Amino acid sequence: MTTQGSNLDRERLRAHHRLMWRIRAFEEQALKGLDDKTVLGAIHPSIGQEAVAAGVTAHLSRDDILLSTHRGHGHTLGKGADSEAMMRELLGREGGNCGGKGGSMHIADFSVGMLGANGVVAANIVIAAGAAHAIKLRREPHLVCCIFGDGAINRGPFLEGLNWAAVFQLPVLFVCEDNGFAATTRTRTMTAGGGASARARSFGIPSVEVDGNDVLAVDAATAELTQAIRAGGGPRFLHAHTYRLTGHTGSDPAAYRPADEVAARRQEEPIGRAAELLRDAGVTADALKADQTDAVAEMLAAYRAAFDAPFPPASEAFTDVQDAGDPRVEAF
Amino acid sequence: MATATYMEAGRDALAEEMRRDPLVWAVGEDLGRGGVFGQYKGLVEEFGSERISDAPISEAAILGAAVGAAMMGTRPVVEMRFSDFALCAMDELVNQAAKARFMFGGQTRVPLVVREPIGMWRSSAAQHSQSLEAWYAHVPGLVVVCPSTPADTKGLLKTAIRSDDPVVFMEHKNLWGLSGEVPDGEHLVPFGEARIVRPGTDVTIVSWSAQVHVAAEAAEALAAEGIEVELIDLRTLWPWDKARVLASVEKTGRLLVTHESVAVAGFGAEVAATVAEHLGPHLKAPVRRLGSPRALIAYAPPVENALRVTAQATADVVKVLLRPLGGRRI
Repeated sequence: MTTQGSNLDRERLRAHHRLMWRIRAFEEQALKGLDDKTVLGAIHPSIGQEAVAAGVTAHLSRDDILLSTHRGHGHTLGKGADSEAMMRELLGREGGNCGGKGGSMHIADFSVGMLGANGVVAANIVIAAGAAHAIKLRREPHLVCCIFGDGAINRGPFLEGLNWAAVFQLPVLFVCEDNGFAATTRTRTMTAGGGASARARSFGIPSVEVDGNDVLAVDAATAELTQAIRAGGGPRFLHAHTYRLTGHTGSDPAAYRPADEVAARRQEEPIGRAAELLRDAGVTADALKADQTDAVAEMLAAYRAAFDAPFPPASEAFTDVQDAGDPRVEAF
Repeated sequence: MATATYMEAGRDALAEEMRRDPLVWAVGEDLGRGGVFGQYKGLVEEFGSERISDAPISEAAILGAAVGAAMMGTRPVVEMRFSDFALCAMDELVNQAAKARFMFGGQTRVPLVVREPIGMWRSSAAQHSQSLEAWYAHVPGLVVVCPSTPADTKGLLKTAIRSDDPVVFMEHKNLWGLSGEVPDGEHLVPFGEARIVRPGTDVTIVSWSAQVHVAAEAAEALAAEGIEVELIDLRTLWPWDKARVLASVEKTGRLLVTHESVAVAGFGAEVAATVAEHLGPHLKAPVRRLGSPRALIAYAPPVENALRVTAQATADVVKVLLRPLGGRRI
């Protein structure tokens, strides 16, 4: 018999476990698609980083706003986007979130408040500040969550966006999902000073550092930070330390890091850790396995539906460019 | 009709649109004190500091925040102070604002206006004098506006604020004090509609922004010699009024396109090529372009002036266009 408190934790943790499996199964299926050349462009897997997506997005309502990065499948799923529409987008098919025009790096679902992954590192930070600025101008009760990687903290928009959010006291949660690598370079070898949290604090933005592979720690820290933001406290910063188990892209073997390092970090990956806690709390192995098989089945079905869907017609090149002027080359 | 300066016309347009639509707001450096040139004078008193917002010297944040705020349904008007400084926000404008609608499959619109004062005035040197309108005309997704009169500034800025796509609004610094008549009441000028500054039959001159006034001076001088120039002010570079330009050149058989910015790969090349493609065999003379040398703008007046496209130079090219073709056969 468990106490009510730990019972609540168990249900919450189980939900995280399910979402993390959905994220992993989505990306593993997408990587298979990359091998089969049905996923056409670059994809940037977040395998090993799922706890950040799960723990953070658990605190976002549908009306809250999320902005993400090129490594954004997990965040997007966490915000409530439909996996089949996302898979269609990765395959460049009709019915994709962006009609097949964006692909993995520009996945967005405005219907659930997901204002886009972004192909330019740190670009989402200033846009997030602006989204929060609009929320403040309109006196709406929502917040903006902006997730970026550790590579983003060396770009100007990181400085400009954090300063902006602090100066205007905007409702933004900045989340640095720190996987240790800026593309193929170890971030610490190219970063001066105390890193992401230290930089946030220098703007007067309270920052919390967590083990980003501990989904309950991410969840608890996000709870505290979002509560402060919703109470009108201005921006907050979450620095979550994690590890990217794959390469920078689906086709990067990541030979620049020793195998024993990866093997050691694999022992600390977040889904296994959550499963262990759930087993200790009395969840059966079958139930845990079902979370995985359900997720794999969902993503396989999403992939098959995407595979069967048509490509958009060439005429889509000329829709949604802009209202003014004809984008086509003039025929004579 | 009331009289207003080019600067006042822009201020009046913004004020009218802010009164009409509570979602319109302006943000940029020094706006609380009226802006660097005084274009926002009096607005903070009427609309308050949230809607006429100061900003840090952070061009990327100013424009990037406007992208986010526009995607959330507000209509930001962004002040970049000098078009030269807007270069610090190119990712936000070119990769974000211009692409979001298409890239996200039509899920969002980015209704923002970015005001970028352009052009040479006096001794402002290489980083405060450029006209880079051709860059933006090259970027799908952007509207490019270059008004030359108070009336057009007012009517086009109002249209720009109502546009659901991002607009680069380039005001010429040398025109701030220019006075002109502005129609009373609701005055809107549509994008893509050129203005015939003066009708003529011998040569078509196409221009925009401050260079329109230089070309008008040339046309005036040529008229005294019996040469009738049809001067067209494009007003907007994207979309641009191909039909009006082609109709004019069809009549005159001769085209000179002239701008203050660098001639090489300038927007004049687009106009000239389009006219040549459509009307080549019917032209009475080869099309001509006249723009700045591909050199940098200096501080010392004689060196600065070496880059100006003058009325004299303009008139000289028109006279070349009017020479009989016989001696020029290849």
